[in-house]
Amino acid sequence: MCGLLPGVLHLRSSFKMATALQFPANVSTLNNYNELYPDWTQREVSTGTTIMAVEFDGGVVMGADSRTTTGAYIANRVTDKLTPIHERILCCRSGSAADTQAIADAVTYQLGFHSIELDEAPLVQTAASLFRDMCYRYREELMAGIIVGGWDPRRGGQVYTVPVGGMMTRQPVSVGGSGSSYIYGYVDSNYRPGMSKEECLKFTAGALSLAMERDGSSGGVVRLAVISEQGVERQVILGNQLPKFSTV
Amino acid sequence: MSEEMFPEPEWLSEEVKTGTTIIAVTFDGGVVLGSDSRVSAGEAVVNRVMNKLSPLHDKIYCALSGSAADAQTIAEIVNYQLDVHSIEVEDDPLVCSAATLVKNISYKYKEELSAHLIVAGWDRKKGGQVYATLSGLLTSQPFAIGGSGSFYINGFVDAEYRKNMTKRECQEFVVNALTLAMGRDGSSGGVAYVVTIDKDGAEEKCVLGNELPKFFDE
Repeated sequence: MCGLLPGVLHLRSSFKMATALQFPANVSTLNNYNELYPDWTQREVSTGTTIMAVEFDGGVVMGADSRTTTGAYIANRVTDKLTPIHERILCCRSGSAADTQAIADAVTYQLGFHSIELDEAPLVQTAASLFRDMCYRYREELMAGIIVGGWDPRRGGQVYTVPVGGMMTRQPVSVGGSGSSYIYGYVDSNYRPGMSKEECLKFTAGALSLAMERDGSSGGVVRLAVISEQGVERQVILGNQLPKFSTV
Repeated sequence: MSEEMFPEPEWLSEEVKTGTTIIAVTFDGGVVLGSDSRVSAGEAVVNRVMNKLSPLHDKIYCALSGSAADAQTIAEIVNYQLDVHSIEVEDDPLVCSAATLVKNISYKYKEELSAHLIVAGWDRKKGGQVYATLSGLLTSQPFAIGGSGSFYINGFVDAEYRKNMTKRECQEFVVNALTLAMGRDGSSGGVAYVVTIDKDGAEEKCVLGNELPKFFDE
């Protein structure tokens, strides 16, 4: 990959090979449950995931679980899915791990360059637009659902969601990833505009715990980040410290 | 997600399904069942006011989800079998018996059928009970949710359910859960039907769309 510009996404014709091991062609025609080759050797690495971001007055709270899976195998149980794009802009990644890492790297480069040209902090909307441009242009090849959150002096805390397909929209609260389906009801009923930072943290940790309990592809620890004018504060909530909702 | 061209509407050849949200919750002294009212065939809504809470006996109801034909047929067959059974034992049937009859059909024909019924009711022996019979299993639970819309409220019901709720609280819990699911699931919608069963009998109620609670909508 040397000699290629990092700011441009170079797609390989079968980029999934970047993560799957090479096997003879006849292996893939066999049943998925072939016992000779474990399931995870033929599956792409994906962050089947739960990610969430909430705006509050003065900043945003972003949260994610920490599980990366290849099929049934957990490739990384302490993943950091909250990736810094700029000093006060983070993105939550869901979907294919390779795709989202490549996109995030490309956008980080582009945004850094843009911010040097402007000689000031970039807008969160700019970062989100860069994600959107890339995700829309290469929508057939990519599998990436991204939530962009950050703080800028012009508009304060903002959350933009760029789901699979390449749409972009600003939302006060956004959830994504495979585990998000299970918490739509909880988020719809518990979100109120005008929550404080502590309430947002509690709300996010609660929602992520519920999703992690129900979704097999989400789990591990909860990683939280608070972005405000002061900068980025990160926290980790370990498995045994998660809020408990057991009904047994 | 991929773009496809359809020469004719898909729903003409799609099976009629109650893509749905159903929920049943126990409280001290009975149960509350709830369902939405949408029946879809592909993208078309073929019935927007269908009551998916079907009586199996005076104090035993079941909630239908999955293929509309399969679910209705199972409910009718079990209704008949339960009548015969209750005449034989000369007493009101147990909720467990009704659930077992549903489970027997679901399990025996599990390859052919695609319906999930939640059976709930009140009997003298154990009070209010809820049984889930998905794909032929039988399990008694404090509450159960089912249907396509139920995925979206898993987190909500896990967080909000508490043991020993009153009848009123249970009814509110059921209506809230249905509203949230109908708000997110394209295959659920319409009105909410709520049935409350206790020792005095079954009370049916219909909550219209504009009377449903409003949640923050982004």
